[in-house]
Amino acid sequence: MSKKEYKTFDFELSLPYRLAYGPTWTRFFEGLQEEKIFGTKCHQCNRVLVPARSFCPQCFVDIDDWVQVSNEGTLVTWALISFEFYNQPKKPPYAAGLIKLDGADVSMFHLVDGFDMNDLDKVKETLPIGRRVKAVWSEEKKGHILDIKYFQPI
Amino acid sequence: MTTRVGIVEVAQSVGSESKDNLYEEIYKISKEVLDKAGLSIRDVDTAVSASSDIFTGISCANAYYWDSTAAFLKNGSRQDGESLFSFYYAAMRIMTGHYNTALVVGICRGSEHPETDSLTTLFGDPFSQRPLGLCETVVAAFQMRLYMERYGITEEQCAKVAVKNLGNALRNPYAHRKRRYTVEDILNSQRIADPLTAKQCAPKSDGIVAVLLASEEKTKRLTKKPVWFKGFGCSMDTFSIGDKDLLGGSLRDAASRAYKKADISDPKKEIDLAEVCEPYAFQELLWCEHLGLCDEGEGGKLIDSGRTQIDGDIPVNPSGGVLANNPYISRGLQRLVEVVLQLKGQAGERQVENKMKTAIAHGTTGFAGHCHAVAILGV
Repeated sequence: MSKKEYKTFDFELSLPYRLAYGPTWTRFFEGLQEEKIFGTKCHQCNRVLVPARSFCPQCFVDIDDWVQVSNEGTLVTWALISFEFYNQPKKPPYAAGLIKLDGADVSMFHLVDGFDMNDLDKVKETLPIGRRVKAVWSEEKKGHILDIKYFQPI
Repeated sequence: MTTRVGIVEVAQSVGSESKDNLYEEIYKISKEVLDKAGLSIRDVDTAVSASSDIFTGISCANAYYWDSTAAFLKNGSRQDGESLFSFYYAAMRIMTGHYNTALVVGICRGSEHPETDSLTTLFGDPFSQRPLGLCETVVAAFQMRLYMERYGITEEQCAKVAVKNLGNALRNPYAHRKRRYTVEDILNSQRIADPLTAKQCAPKSDGIVAVLLASEEKTKRLTKKPVWFKGFGCSMDTFSIGDKDLLGGSLRDAASRAYKKADISDPKKEIDLAEVCEPYAFQELLWCEHLGLCDEGEGGKLIDSGRTQIDGDIPVNPSGGVLANNPYISRGLQRLVEVVLQLKGQAGERQVENKMKTAIAHGTTGFAGHCHAVAILGV
Protein backbone atom coordinates (compact mmCIF):
# COMPACT_ATOMS: atom_id res chain seq x y z
CA MET A 1 0.00 0.00 0.00
CA SER A 2 1.21 3.48 -0.84
CA LYS A 3 2.41 5.76 1.92
CA LYS A 4 0.09 8.67 2.81
CA GLU A 5 1.06 12.23 3.64
CA TYR A 6 -1.26 12.10 6.65
CA LYS A 7 -0.90 9.98 9.82
CA THR A 8 -2.05 6.37 9.36
CA PHE A 9 -2.10 3.20 11.47
CA ASP A 10 -0.71 0.33 9.36
CA PHE A 11 -1.20 -3.30 10.32
CA GLU A 12 -1.42 -6.84 8.96
CA LEU A 13 -3.50 -9.74 10.26
CA SER A 14 -2.46 -13.38 10.16
CA LEU A 15 -4.61 -15.84 12.09
CA PRO A 16 -4.75 -19.64 12.08
CA TYR A 17 -7.92 -21.43 10.92
CA ARG A 18 -8.57 -25.17 10.53
CA LEU A 19 -11.43 -26.15 8.19
CA ALA A 20 -12.73 -29.74 7.88
CA TYR A 21 -12.82 -31.18 4.35
CA GLY A 22 -15.71 -33.49 5.30
CA PRO A 23 -16.12 -37.03 3.95
CA THR A 24 -17.11 -36.08 0.36
CA TRP A 25 -14.24 -33.72 -0.29
CA THR A 26 -11.82 -35.95 1.60
CA ARG A 27 -12.66 -38.66 -0.94
CA PHE A 28 -12.45 -36.21 -3.87
CA PHE A 29 -9.04 -34.88 -2.85
CA GLU A 30 -7.71 -38.35 -2.00
CA GLY A 31 -8.78 -39.30 -5.53
CA LEU A 32 -6.47 -36.59 -6.90
CA GLN A 33 -3.62 -38.25 -5.02
CA GLU A 34 -4.29 -41.35 -7.16
CA GLU A 35 -4.56 -39.23 -10.34
CA LYS A 36 -8.33 -39.78 -10.45
CA ILE A 37 -10.93 -37.00 -10.73
CA PHE A 38 -14.25 -37.86 -9.11
CA GLY A 39 -17.69 -36.37 -9.48
CA THR A 40 -21.05 -37.33 -8.06
CA LYS A 41 -24.19 -37.77 -10.15
CA CYS A 42 -27.55 -36.35 -9.10
CA HIS A 43 -30.31 -38.93 -9.68
CA GLN A 44 -32.87 -36.16 -10.15
CA CYS A 45 -31.28 -33.80 -12.72
CA ASN A 46 -28.75 -36.42 -13.93
CA ARG A 47 -25.88 -33.91 -13.79
CA VAL A 48 -22.40 -35.12 -12.87
CA LEU A 49 -20.93 -32.48 -10.56
CA VAL A 50 -17.16 -31.99 -10.27
CA PRO A 51 -15.66 -31.53 -7.72
CA ALA A 52 -17.92 -34.17 -6.08
CA ARG A 53 -20.75 -32.92 -3.88
CA SER A 54 -22.78 -34.63 -1.13
CA PHE A 55 -25.98 -32.91 -2.31
CA CYS A 56 -27.25 -31.29 -5.49
CA PRO A 57 -27.56 -27.51 -4.98
CA GLN A 58 -30.35 -27.27 -7.56
CA CYS A 59 -32.49 -30.30 -6.62
CA PHE A 60 -31.58 -30.19 -2.92
CA VAL A 61 -31.36 -33.97 -2.60
CA ASP A 62 -28.57 -36.25 -1.31
CA ILE A 63 -26.20 -37.57 -3.97
CA ASP A 64 -23.72 -40.38 -3.44
CA ASP A 65 -23.43 -41.92 -6.91
CA TRP A 66 -19.67 -41.60 -7.46
CA VAL A 67 -18.37 -41.30 -11.03
CA GLN A 68 -14.77 -41.05 -12.21
CA VAL A 69 -14.57 -38.45 -14.98
CA SER A 70 -11.84 -38.10 -17.60
CA ASN A 71 -8.54 -36.29 -17.03
CA GLU A 72 -9.19 -34.60 -20.36
CA GLY A 73 -11.75 -32.03 -21.35
CA THR A 74 -12.43 -28.78 -23.21
CA LEU A 75 -11.60 -25.20 -22.32
CA VAL A 76 -14.78 -23.18 -21.66
CA THR A 77 -13.09 -19.80 -21.09
CA TRP A 78 -9.77 -18.44 -19.81
CA ALA A 79 -7.78 -15.36 -18.81
CA LEU A 80 -4.12 -14.41 -18.95
CA ILE A 81 -3.37 -12.92 -15.54
CA SER A 82 -0.71 -10.21 -15.48
CA PHE A 83 -1.44 -8.39 -12.22
CA GLU A 84 -0.53 -9.19 -8.64
CA PHE A 85 -2.75 -9.88 -5.64
CA TYR A 86 -2.45 -11.57 -2.27
CA ASN A 87 -1.90 -15.34 -2.15
CA GLN A 88 -1.51 -15.91 -5.90
CA PRO A 89 -0.66 -19.45 -7.00
CA LYS A 90 2.36 -18.22 -9.00
CA LYS A 91 4.08 -15.15 -10.29
CA PRO A 92 2.25 -13.52 -13.23
CA PRO A 93 1.90 -13.89 -16.13
CA TYR A 94 -0.02 -17.15 -15.91
CA ALA A 95 -3.29 -18.45 -17.32
CA ALA A 96 -6.36 -19.89 -15.61
CA GLY A 97 -9.61 -21.15 -17.05
CA LEU A 98 -12.77 -23.18 -16.70
CA ILE A 99 -12.40 -26.74 -17.96
CA LYS A 100 -15.31 -29.05 -18.74
CA LEU A 101 -13.97 -32.57 -18.24
CA ASP A 102 -15.35 -35.39 -20.39
CA GLY A 103 -18.08 -37.07 -18.40
CA ALA A 104 -18.84 -34.01 -16.27
CA ASP A 105 -21.78 -31.63 -16.70
CA VAL A 106 -20.10 -28.68 -15.01
CA SER A 107 -16.68 -27.06 -15.35
CA MET A 108 -13.71 -26.94 -13.05
CA PHE A 109 -11.60 -23.88 -12.28
CA HIS A 110 -7.86 -24.49 -12.66
CA LEU A 111 -4.58 -23.22 -14.07
CA VAL A 112 -3.77 -23.65 -17.76
CA ASP A 113 -0.08 -23.99 -18.52
CA GLY A 114 2.57 -25.91 -20.46
CA PHE A 115 2.91 -23.49 -23.39
CA ASP A 116 4.68 -20.23 -24.17
CA MET A 117 2.91 -17.26 -22.58
CA ASN A 118 5.20 -14.43 -23.66
CA ASP A 119 3.28 -13.45 -26.78
CA LEU A 120 -0.42 -12.72 -26.25
CA ASP A 121 -1.33 -13.31 -29.90
CA LYS A 122 0.28 -16.77 -29.76
CA VAL A 123 -1.52 -17.51 -26.47
CA LYS A 124 -4.82 -16.62 -28.16
CA GLU A 125 -3.97 -18.96 -31.03
CA THR A 126 -3.09 -21.72 -28.57
CA LEU A 127 -6.24 -21.31 -26.49
CA PRO A 128 -9.34 -21.00 -28.67
CA ILE A 129 -12.51 -21.64 -26.67
CA GLY A 130 -13.21 -25.36 -26.99
CA ARG A 131 -9.48 -26.26 -27.02
CA ARG A 132 -8.84 -29.80 -25.75
CA VAL A 133 -6.77 -29.92 -22.55
CA LYS A 134 -5.52 -32.62 -20.18
CA ALA A 135 -4.49 -32.72 -16.54
CA VAL A 136 -0.76 -32.64 -15.80
CA TRP A 137 -0.09 -34.13 -12.35
CA SER A 138 2.32 -32.88 -9.72
CA GLU A 139 5.09 -35.31 -8.85
CA GLU A 140 4.48 -34.98 -5.14
CA LYS A 141 0.78 -35.31 -4.27
CA LYS A 142 -0.83 -34.26 -1.00
CA GLY A 143 -4.55 -34.75 -1.56
CA HIS A 144 -4.70 -31.05 -2.55
CA ILE A 145 -6.20 -29.17 -5.51
CA LEU A 146 -2.66 -28.54 -6.78
CA ASP A 147 -2.07 -32.30 -7.14
CA ILE A 148 -3.30 -31.35 -10.60
CA LYS A 149 -0.37 -29.10 -11.50
CA TYR A 150 -2.32 -27.53 -14.37
CA PHE A 151 -4.23 -28.37 -17.52
CA GLN A 152 -2.20 -28.43 -20.71
CA PRO A 153 -3.44 -28.00 -24.30
CA ILE A 154 -3.30 -31.26 -26.30
CA MET B 1 -48.82 -3.68 7.28
CA THR B 2 -48.15 -2.03 3.94
CA THR B 3 -47.24 1.58 3.69
CA ARG B 4 -45.50 3.53 0.95
CA VAL B 5 -41.86 4.23 1.70
CA GLY B 6 -40.29 7.49 0.60
CA ILE B 7 -36.69 8.56 0.19
CA VAL B 8 -36.41 11.92 1.89
CA GLU B 9 -32.77 12.97 1.52
CA VAL B 10 -29.37 11.55 0.57
CA ALA B 11 -25.73 12.40 1.27
CA GLN B 12 -22.39 10.96 0.15
CA SER B 13 -18.66 11.45 0.59
CA VAL B 14 -16.27 12.03 -2.27
CA GLY B 15 -14.66 8.93 -3.77
CA SER B 16 -11.06 10.04 -3.39
CA GLU B 17 -9.27 9.28 -0.12
CA SER B 18 -10.33 10.99 3.06
CA LYS B 19 -7.92 12.05 5.78
CA ASP B 20 -10.70 11.77 8.36
CA ASN B 21 -10.99 8.88 10.76
CA LEU B 22 -13.75 6.51 9.58
CA TYR B 23 -15.69 6.86 12.85
CA GLU B 24 -15.83 10.64 12.35
CA GLU B 25 -16.54 10.65 8.64
CA ILE B 26 -19.56 8.36 9.02
CA TYR B 27 -20.89 10.81 11.63
CA LYS B 28 -20.38 13.76 9.25
CA ILE B 29 -22.29 12.12 6.37
CA SER B 30 -25.06 10.83 8.66
CA LYS B 31 -25.36 14.28 10.22
CA GLU B 32 -25.49 15.88 6.76
CA VAL B 33 -28.47 13.81 5.67
CA LEU B 34 -30.33 14.57 8.93
CA ASP B 35 -29.55 18.29 8.62
CA LYS B 36 -30.94 18.29 5.08
CA ALA B 37 -34.20 16.83 6.42
CA GLY B 38 -34.22 19.11 9.46
CA LEU B 39 -34.11 16.16 11.87
CA SER B 40 -32.15 15.36 15.04
CA ILE B 41 -31.03 12.01 16.46
CA ARG B 42 -34.36 11.79 18.35
CA ASP B 43 -36.21 11.62 15.03
CA VAL B 44 -34.28 8.57 13.79
CA ASP B 45 -36.46 5.56 14.59
CA THR B 46 -34.11 2.88 13.31
CA ALA B 47 -30.74 2.61 11.53
CA VAL B 48 -29.49 -0.01 9.08
CA SER B 49 -25.94 0.00 7.75
CA ALA B 50 -23.87 -1.99 5.28
CA SER B 51 -20.17 -2.67 5.61
CA SER B 52 -17.84 -5.64 5.56
CA ASP B 53 -15.44 -6.56 8.34
CA ILE B 54 -12.81 -7.84 5.94
CA PHE B 55 -12.89 -4.53 4.03
CA THR B 56 -12.97 -2.42 7.21
CA GLY B 57 -10.19 -4.26 9.02
CA ILE B 58 -12.27 -4.20 12.21
CA SER B 59 -14.44 -7.11 13.27
CA CYS B 60 -18.09 -6.38 14.12
CA ALA B 61 -17.32 -3.05 12.48
CA ASN B 62 -20.89 -1.92 13.07
CA ALA B 63 -20.24 -1.91 16.83
CA TYR B 64 -17.34 0.49 16.15
CA TYR B 65 -19.32 2.94 14.04
CA TRP B 66 -22.81 2.39 15.59
CA ASP B 67 -22.74 5.79 17.32
CA SER B 68 -21.71 7.46 14.08
CA THR B 69 -24.94 6.39 12.34
CA ALA B 70 -27.26 8.03 14.92
CA ALA B 71 -28.05 4.54 16.24
CA PHE B 72 -27.07 5.05 19.90
CA LEU B 73 -29.31 2.70 21.98
CA LYS B 74 -31.67 2.25 19.00
CA ASN B 75 -33.07 -0.84 17.31
CA GLY B 76 -30.83 -1.16 14.29
CA SER B 77 -29.24 -3.77 12.09
CA ARG B 78 -26.35 -4.28 9.73
CA GLN B 79 -25.77 -6.02 6.41
CA ASP B 80 -22.30 -7.46 5.75
CA GLY B 81 -21.99 -7.11 1.99
CA GLU B 82 -23.75 -5.32 -0.87
CA SER B 83 -25.33 -2.15 0.51
CA LEU B 84 -28.46 -2.09 -1.65
CA PHE B 85 -29.76 -4.87 0.60
CA SER B 86 -29.53 -2.55 3.60
CA PHE B 87 -31.80 -0.09 1.77
CA TYR B 88 -34.39 -2.84 1.34
CA TYR B 89 -34.10 -3.99 4.96
CA ALA B 90 -34.68 -0.43 6.13
CA ALA B 91 -37.67 -0.02 3.77
CA MET B 92 -39.14 -3.24 5.18
CA ARG B 93 -38.75 -1.93 8.72
CA ILE B 94 -40.88 1.07 7.78
CA MET B 95 -43.40 -1.18 6.03
CA THR B 96 -43.99 -3.01 9.32
CA GLY B 97 -45.50 0.19 10.66
CA HIS B 98 -43.20 0.11 13.70
CA TYR B 99 -40.90 2.86 12.44
CA ASN B 100 -41.56 6.18 10.72
CA THR B 101 -37.98 6.95 9.77
CA ALA B 102 -34.91 4.88 8.97
CA LEU B 103 -31.33 5.95 8.31
CA VAL B 104 -29.40 3.75 5.88
CA VAL B 105 -25.61 4.09 5.71
CA GLY B 106 -23.24 2.29 3.33
CA ILE B 107 -19.59 2.22 4.38
CA CYS B 108 -16.38 1.43 2.54
CA ARG B 109 -12.89 2.91 2.43
CA GLY B 110 -10.91 1.86 -0.61
CA SER B 111 -8.00 4.04 0.53
CA GLU B 112 -7.74 1.96 3.73
CA HIS B 113 -8.38 -1.62 2.58
CA PRO B 114 -5.94 -3.90 0.69
CA GLU B 115 -6.12 -4.29 -3.12
CA THR B 116 -9.70 -5.30 -3.94
CA ASP B 117 -8.72 -8.67 -5.41
CA SER B 118 -6.62 -9.51 -2.36
CA LEU B 119 -9.99 -9.42 -0.58
CA THR B 120 -12.20 -10.96 -3.29
CA THR B 121 -9.88 -13.99 -3.37
CA LEU B 122 -11.04 -14.60 0.19
CA PHE B 123 -14.61 -15.01 -1.14
CA GLY B 124 -13.38 -18.33 -2.58
CA ASP B 125 -13.35 -21.57 -0.62
CA PRO B 126 -9.91 -22.48 0.77
CA PHE B 127 -10.06 -26.06 -0.61
CA SER B 128 -10.46 -25.75 -4.38
CA GLN B 129 -10.55 -22.04 -5.23
CA ARG B 130 -8.17 -19.92 -3.16
CA PRO B 131 -5.07 -22.04 -3.80
CA LEU B 132 -5.64 -21.39 -7.53
CA GLY B 133 -6.07 -17.63 -7.13
CA LEU B 134 -9.76 -17.30 -7.90
CA CYS B 135 -10.71 -13.64 -7.55
CA GLU B 136 -13.25 -11.21 -8.98
CA THR B 137 -11.09 -9.79 -11.79
CA VAL B 138 -10.04 -13.23 -13.03
CA VAL B 139 -13.64 -14.45 -13.22
CA ALA B 140 -14.69 -11.15 -14.85
CA ALA B 141 -12.07 -11.80 -17.55
CA PHE B 142 -13.53 -15.30 -18.05
CA GLN B 143 -16.98 -13.75 -18.38
CA MET B 144 -15.84 -11.06 -20.82
CA ARG B 145 -14.15 -13.60 -23.12
CA LEU B 146 -17.32 -15.72 -23.18
CA TYR B 147 -19.50 -12.65 -23.78
CA MET B 148 -17.44 -11.55 -26.79
CA GLU B 149 -17.26 -15.10 -28.16
CA ARG B 150 -20.95 -15.95 -27.83
CA TYR B 151 -22.50 -12.69 -29.03
CA GLY B 152 -19.78 -11.14 -31.18
CA ILE B 153 -19.39 -8.19 -28.80
CA THR B 154 -16.12 -6.38 -29.59
CA GLU B 155 -13.40 -5.09 -27.27
CA GLU B 156 -14.09 -1.63 -28.73
CA GLN B 157 -17.74 -1.80 -27.66
CA CYS B 158 -16.68 -2.77 -24.13
CA ALA B 159 -14.12 0.07 -24.06
CA LYS B 160 -16.81 2.56 -25.11
CA VAL B 161 -18.50 1.99 -21.75
CA ALA B 162 -15.36 3.17 -19.95
CA VAL B 163 -15.09 6.19 -22.29
CA LYS B 164 -18.72 7.12 -21.58
CA ASN B 165 -18.63 6.59 -17.82
CA LEU B 166 -15.26 8.19 -17.07
CA GLY B 167 -16.39 11.10 -19.26
CA ASN B 168 -19.69 11.40 -17.38
CA ALA B 169 -17.71 11.45 -14.13
CA LEU B 170 -16.10 14.75 -15.15
CA ARG B 171 -19.39 16.36 -14.15
CA ASN B 172 -19.70 14.44 -10.87
CA PRO B 173 -17.90 16.15 -7.96
CA TYR B 174 -18.14 12.92 -5.90
CA ALA B 175 -16.41 10.71 -8.52
CA HIS B 176 -12.93 9.35 -7.84
CA ARG B 177 -11.63 8.66 -11.37
CA LYS B 178 -12.63 10.93 -14.25
CA ARG B 179 -11.15 11.90 -17.59
CA ARG B 180 -11.92 12.26 -21.27
CA TYR B 181 -10.45 9.08 -22.81
CA THR B 182 -10.54 7.58 -26.29
CA VAL B 183 -11.36 3.94 -27.02
CA GLU B 184 -7.64 3.50 -27.86
CA ASP B 185 -6.59 4.88 -24.44
CA ILE B 186 -8.81 2.31 -22.75
CA LEU B 187 -7.66 -0.62 -24.90
CA ASN B 188 -3.97 0.34 -24.74
CA SER B 189 -3.89 0.47 -20.94
CA GLN B 190 -2.17 -2.50 -19.27
CA ARG B 191 -3.73 -5.89 -20.06
CA ILE B 192 -4.07 -6.94 -16.45
CA ALA B 193 -6.20 -10.02 -17.13
CA ASP B 194 -6.61 -10.41 -20.87
CA PRO B 195 -9.12 -9.60 -22.31
CA LEU B 196 -9.53 -6.98 -19.53
CA THR B 197 -7.35 -3.88 -19.59
CA ALA B 198 -6.67 -1.77 -16.49
CA LYS B 199 -8.93 1.13 -17.50
CA GLN B 200 -11.86 -1.26 -17.97
CA CYS B 201 -11.60 -2.20 -14.29
CA ALA B 202 -12.90 -0.07 -11.42
CA PRO B 203 -10.50 1.62 -8.99
CA LYS B 204 -10.87 1.20 -5.23
CA SER B 205 -12.56 4.25 -3.78
CA ASP B 206 -13.90 5.70 -0.59
CA GLY B 207 -17.65 5.93 -0.16
CA ILE B 208 -19.74 6.77 2.87
CA VAL B 209 -23.30 6.97 1.61
CA ALA B 210 -26.39 7.90 3.65
CA VAL B 211 -30.07 7.70 2.76
CA LEU B 212 -33.00 8.79 4.92
CA LEU B 213 -36.23 6.84 4.45
CA ALA B 214 -39.62 7.62 5.92
CA SER B 215 -43.22 6.48 5.88
CA GLU B 216 -45.48 8.11 3.29
CA GLU B 217 -46.99 10.64 5.62
CA LYS B 218 -43.66 11.57 7.18
CA THR B 219 -41.98 11.80 3.76
CA LYS B 220 -44.58 14.28 2.54
CA ARG B 221 -43.98 16.42 5.61
CA LEU B 222 -40.19 16.33 5.30
CA THR B 223 -39.62 16.97 1.58
CA LYS B 224 -41.27 18.72 -1.31
CA LYS B 225 -39.55 16.35 -3.74
CA PRO B 226 -40.22 12.84 -2.53
CA VAL B 227 -38.89 9.83 -4.39
CA TRP B 228 -40.81 6.60 -3.78
CA PHE B 229 -39.70 3.04 -3.30
CA LYS B 230 -41.43 0.98 -6.01
CA GLY B 231 -39.85 -2.44 -5.99
CA PHE B 232 -36.88 -4.58 -5.07
CA GLY B 233 -35.55 -7.95 -6.19
CA CYS B 234 -32.43 -9.92 -5.45
CA SER B 235 -30.89 -13.23 -6.31
CA MET B 236 -27.80 -15.22 -5.42
CA ASP B 237 -26.32 -17.77 -7.79
CA THR B 238 -24.70 -21.11 -6.93
CA PHE B 239 -21.30 -20.91 -5.25
CA SER B 240 -19.34 -23.13 -7.66
CA ILE B 241 -18.42 -20.93 -10.61
CA GLY B 242 -18.02 -24.01 -12.83
CA ASP B 243 -21.65 -25.01 -12.22
CA LYS B 244 -23.16 -21.95 -13.88
CA ASP B 245 -23.24 -20.29 -17.26
CA LEU B 246 -21.26 -17.11 -16.59
CA LEU B 247 -23.57 -15.29 -19.02
CA GLY B 248 -26.76 -16.73 -17.55
CA GLY B 249 -26.66 -15.41 -14.07
CA SER B 250 -29.18 -14.39 -11.54
CA LEU B 251 -29.71 -10.74 -12.50
CA ARG B 252 -32.65 -11.63 -14.74
CA ASP B 253 -34.35 -13.20 -11.72
CA ALA B 254 -33.56 -10.25 -9.47
CA ALA B 255 -34.84 -7.80 -12.10
CA SER B 256 -38.06 -9.67 -12.84
CA ARG B 257 -38.84 -9.84 -9.10
CA ALA B 258 -38.29 -6.09 -8.79
CA TYR B 259 -40.36 -5.32 -11.93
CA LYS B 260 -43.21 -7.46 -10.68
CA LYS B 261 -43.35 -5.56 -7.39
CA ALA B 262 -43.16 -2.23 -9.24
CA ASP B 263 -45.82 -3.36 -11.73
CA ILE B 264 -43.49 -2.82 -14.68
CA SER B 265 -44.25 -5.02 -17.69
CA ASP B 266 -42.01 -3.44 -20.33
CA PRO B 267 -38.74 -2.14 -18.85
CA LYS B 268 -37.53 -0.97 -22.28
CA LYS B 269 -40.34 1.59 -22.33
CA GLU B 270 -40.92 2.20 -18.64
CA ILE B 271 -37.39 2.68 -17.27
CA ASP B 272 -36.13 6.23 -17.79
CA LEU B 273 -32.66 5.92 -16.23
CA ALA B 274 -30.41 3.21 -14.81
CA GLU B 275 -27.47 3.35 -12.44
CA VAL B 276 -25.81 -0.01 -13.03
CA CYS B 277 -22.99 -1.54 -10.99
CA GLU B 278 -20.21 -2.18 -13.57
CA PRO B 279 -16.86 -2.85 -11.87
CA TYR B 280 -15.76 -4.10 -15.32
CA ALA B 281 -16.76 -2.07 -18.40
CA PHE B 282 -18.35 -4.92 -20.40
CA GLN B 283 -20.61 -5.76 -17.45
CA GLU B 284 -22.66 -2.61 -18.08
CA LEU B 285 -23.64 -4.09 -21.45
CA LEU B 286 -24.36 -7.55 -20.06
CA TRP B 287 -26.30 -6.21 -17.09
CA CYS B 288 -28.38 -3.94 -19.39
CA GLU B 289 -29.38 -7.10 -21.27
CA HIS B 290 -30.25 -8.93 -18.07
CA LEU B 291 -32.18 -5.92 -16.77
CA GLY B 292 -34.27 -6.09 -19.95
CA LEU B 293 -33.15 -2.66 -21.21
CA CYS B 294 -32.16 -4.32 -24.50
CA ASP B 295 -32.46 -7.80 -25.98
CA GLU B 296 -30.07 -10.69 -25.33
CA GLY B 297 -26.75 -10.20 -27.13
CA GLU B 298 -27.62 -6.60 -28.04
CA GLY B 299 -25.48 -4.87 -25.37
CA GLY B 300 -22.88 -3.90 -27.97
CA LYS B 301 -25.49 -2.33 -30.23
CA LEU B 302 -26.94 -0.50 -27.22
CA ILE B 303 -23.67 1.34 -26.49
CA ASP B 304 -23.10 1.96 -30.24
CA SER B 305 -26.55 3.54 -30.54
CA GLY B 306 -25.71 6.32 -28.09
CA ARG B 307 -28.99 5.73 -26.28
CA THR B 308 -27.24 5.17 -22.92
CA GLN B 309 -25.32 8.45 -23.13
CA ILE B 310 -26.33 11.16 -20.65
CA ASP B 311 -28.38 12.83 -23.42
CA GLY B 312 -29.78 9.56 -24.77
CA ASP B 313 -33.28 8.23 -24.19
CA ILE B 314 -32.15 5.69 -21.54
CA PRO B 315 -29.12 7.20 -19.79
CA VAL B 316 -27.01 4.58 -17.99
CA ASN B 317 -24.59 5.68 -15.27
CA PRO B 318 -24.74 9.46 -15.65
CA SER B 319 -22.74 9.54 -12.38
CA GLY B 320 -19.84 7.74 -14.05
CA GLY B 321 -20.84 4.47 -12.45
CA VAL B 322 -18.57 2.14 -10.55
CA LEU B 323 -15.76 2.57 -13.10
CA ALA B 324 -15.49 6.12 -11.77
CA ASN B 325 -16.23 5.39 -8.12
CA ASN B 326 -15.87 2.00 -6.49
CA PRO B 327 -16.40 1.86 -2.76
CA TYR B 328 -16.89 -1.91 -2.98
CA ILE B 329 -19.51 -2.35 -0.27
CA SER B 330 -21.36 0.95 -0.58
CA ARG B 331 -21.36 1.10 -4.41
CA GLY B 332 -24.90 -0.30 -4.74
CA LEU B 333 -26.34 2.25 -2.33
CA GLN B 334 -24.33 4.92 -4.13
CA ARG B 335 -26.14 3.96 -7.37
CA LEU B 336 -29.41 4.53 -5.51
CA VAL B 337 -28.21 7.93 -4.24
CA GLU B 338 -27.54 9.00 -7.83
CA VAL B 339 -30.97 7.81 -8.95
CA VAL B 340 -32.58 9.81 -6.12
CA LEU B 341 -30.63 12.96 -7.05
CA GLN B 342 -31.55 12.53 -10.72
CA LEU B 343 -35.26 11.99 -9.97
CA LYS B 344 -35.30 14.97 -7.60
CA GLY B 345 -33.62 17.13 -10.27
CA GLN B 346 -30.67 17.76 -7.93
CA ALA B 347 -27.84 16.14 -9.90
CA GLY B 348 -26.13 19.43 -10.75
CA GLU B 349 -24.07 19.56 -13.93
CA ARG B 350 -24.77 15.91 -14.70
CA GLN B 351 -28.56 16.28 -14.44
CA VAL B 352 -30.32 14.27 -17.12
CA GLU B 353 -32.70 16.57 -18.99
CA ASN B 354 -35.30 13.96 -20.00
CA LYS B 355 -38.55 13.92 -18.09
CA MET B 356 -38.14 10.92 -15.79
CA LYS B 357 -40.67 8.90 -13.83
CA THR B 358 -39.06 5.54 -13.02
CA ALA B 359 -35.42 4.53 -12.57
CA ILE B 360 -33.30 1.54 -11.54
CA ALA B 361 -30.43 1.22 -9.06
CA HIS B 362 -28.42 -1.99 -9.29
CA GLY B 363 -25.79 -3.50 -7.04
CA THR B 364 -23.65 -6.59 -7.40
CA THR B 365 -20.82 -8.32 -5.59
CA GLY B 366 -18.82 -11.49 -6.06
CA PHE B 367 -17.63 -13.57 -8.97
CA ALA B 368 -19.20 -12.63 -12.34
CA GLY B 369 -22.31 -11.21 -10.66
CA HIS B 370 -22.70 -13.86 -7.98
CA CYS B 371 -25.17 -11.72 -6.06
CA HIS B 372 -27.46 -9.06 -7.50
CA ALA B 373 -29.86 -6.52 -6.04
CA VAL B 374 -32.21 -4.29 -8.04
CA ALA B 375 -34.17 -1.37 -6.60
CA ILE B 376 -36.80 0.57 -8.52
CA LEU B 377 -37.61 4.11 -7.54
CA GLY B 378 -40.14 6.52 -8.93
CA VAL B 379 -41.64 10.00 -8.61
